[in-house]
Amino acid sequence: MALLEINDLSVAVNEKRILQGITLSIGEGETHVLMGPNGAGKSTLGLSLMGSPGYVRESGTILFDGQDLTELSADKRAKAGIFLSFQNPIEVPGVSLSSFIRNAIHEQTGQPVKLFSYQKKLAAAMELLSMDPSYADRDLNVGFSGGEKKKAEILQMLLLQPRLAILDETDSGLDVDAVRTVSQGVEAYQESRNGALLIITHSTRILESLHVDRVHILVKGRIVRTGDASLIEEINRNGFEQFIQDGDR
Amino acid sequence: MADNRQAVQDIDRSLYDFKDDESGQEFYRIEEGLTEDIVLQVSEEKNDPDWMREFRLKCLGIYDQTEMVPWGPAIDGLDMGRIATYVRHKGEMKTDWADVPEEIKNTFERLGIPQAERESLAGVGAQYDSELVYHNVREEVAAQGVVYTDLESAIRGEYAEMIREHFMHLVPPTDHKFAALHGAVWSGGSFVYVPKGVKVEIPLQSYFRLNAKGAGQFEHTLIIVDEGADLHFIEGCSAPKYNVANLHAGCVELYVAKKARLRYSTIENWSKNMYNLNTKRAIVEEDGVMEWVSGSFGSAVSFLYPSTILKGDRSRMEYTGITFSGAGQNLDTGAKVVMQGEDTSCVISSKSIAKDGGIGTYRSSVIVGKNARRAKASISCDSLMLDSRSRSDTIPAMDIRTNDADIGHEARIGRISDEAVFYLMSRGIPEADARAMIVSGFADSVSKELPLEYAVEMNNLIKLEMSGG
Repeated sequence: MALLEINDLSVAVNEKRILQGITLSIGEGETHVLMGPNGAGKSTLGLSLMGSPGYVRESGTILFDGQDLTELSADKRAKAGIFLSFQNPIEVPGVSLSSFIRNAIHEQTGQPVKLFSYQKKLAAAMELLSMDPSYADRDLNVGFSGGEKKKAEILQMLLLQPRLAILDETDSGLDVDAVRTVSQGVEAYQESRNGALLIITHSTRILESLHVDRVHILVKGRIVRTGDASLIEEINRNGFEQFIQDGDR
Repeated sequence: MADNRQAVQDIDRSLYDFKDDESGQEFYRIEEGLTEDIVLQVSEEKNDPDWMREFRLKCLGIYDQTEMVPWGPAIDGLDMGRIATYVRHKGEMKTDWADVPEEIKNTFERLGIPQAERESLAGVGAQYDSELVYHNVREEVAAQGVVYTDLESAIRGEYAEMIREHFMHLVPPTDHKFAALHGAVWSGGSFVYVPKGVKVEIPLQSYFRLNAKGAGQFEHTLIIVDEGADLHFIEGCSAPKYNVANLHAGCVELYVAKKARLRYSTIENWSKNMYNLNTKRAIVEEDGVMEWVSGSFGSAVSFLYPSTILKGDRSRMEYTGITFSGAGQNLDTGAKVVMQGEDTSCVISSKSIAKDGGIGTYRSSVIVGKNARRAKASISCDSLMLDSRSRSDTIPAMDIRTNDADIGHEARIGRISDEAVFYLMSRGIPEADARAMIVSGFADSVSKELPLEYAVEMNNLIKLEMSGG
């Protein structure tokens, strides 16, 4: 059985249907890419998988490791092993990045987190992501640049060690060096835990150094095409234009 | 330290709410109400010098003639005819913890007071109802000439003259009705004198516990920090909840001399039947610094505006405060500053949290006198509303008599955003904890200013309030 099995999932936001019968499965350790034009519903899929309130499931099921997630709140989905790297990470004043991640690990594992070994792991992961160590003690995302916010998301992923990470436009707004750094973080995640990935993007820069198993094209709330990594090349050449009509079916 | 934190983390409401029976013979309780006879009885109980007895009677006269202020929360539930102004244990005040009567000792043990003293305080005073039951200061601090004692013995001792010169001079009984009441029936409280140039490295603390039902607590705290000296003083307050009103009308007078610094921190968690009508005021001479850190969680009604007179040139004041108003609470708090010297400055940072229909009002007054050239004031107040039934108001008053003052004021009112809650939940944090985390984060600028144990206690109080305890 696959790690994640989405079957005929339809989701509405403010009573407007955004996702229309999505069926998708991701196996343990696989890397899937979800591409599509703006407004296709890519972020909606990510947020729906994470259990964001306001994203109302109208039909379909989401199974994760055989467990039905559809009635579970976001914290329970996180404990099951799902992680979402937010497109726009939220600023939380008065809660430091370091203590927040430590708290989250404690919640997820139910085990006390030993401070010393945690600090070593945190420092190593921050170094991998070329983050200034002082960010550990800064308030979560407060005053971070766009790039630092995205790195902080990847940092959380590395320390929380989910089984499936959904990266929602993690590469958007990053300069070339930052994209490379973030890719290194993603590779480290793939290797360390055989972690599965669903990478939502509309550019392909973040994918250059990553092994990709499957690519899905989402247009107007429907997956109109699924293929292997060669589909990325096709989109680079021809754009999404050719798929847009498929979304109108 | 680790053990202490564990103890604090485990608190629940029962920690503050336990009631100790006072019906036994070992307690003396004055009859309820406020009359000349009662004031004279208090005076006699306390063996006042003549001037103090006269002063009490004068204050009673002022009380009778003074109207309650026309603004602020209603205090209709407070009937002075039903308040016992003086209740004390018949034992004498002790300087050895082992000698404190068992039932009182238990109360403070449960609040963690003697443990805190052993670990991180230079001296401790513990008041139970109307009188101090324990007072002690570390030898090395006493050896520096620091005086930390109960006010009663100070009034009759070596510092009698100093006290007479300062007692209720900064807060005169004519200031408002409850200042007059305080002058008439005050008892208990502490006197601190820090001599010139002495820096007290670790804080002194007084803890006030009002255990008696239907009683008032009127402690007087008088602190004089002499030239170039430095002190951090902490006060903590709590009481069990009864279904009749209790009253707290304490008075704090702080004198900060040239180049001296005083930090005054309060964590107040009175029970929610308490009327907290407290008056705190500081006067600061040249280059002196006054810092207030204030966390208000308890009481049914509070009127609390620590005020500072920046008399000397270049004197400074910082106020950092947070108020948490829950169901049935109407907390009217803020700060007041009167800038008189040249180049004086103040920073006021106030936060308030309102939940379950609680009302939080920030009320401040900044007065820049005509001689206060180049005064600088920066005021910010943030409110966090946890639901739509609660209420938060900001009433800042400014009276500026110069044309070169630099004054900034900003106010923000916000709610906990659903996006933020979801973001934290997506990392595995349950919803209630996510909300508590956001609220604690909001309060972080205040808890950062507190010593670790108190910051932990404050965070636990927030969690307690958030869980509806």
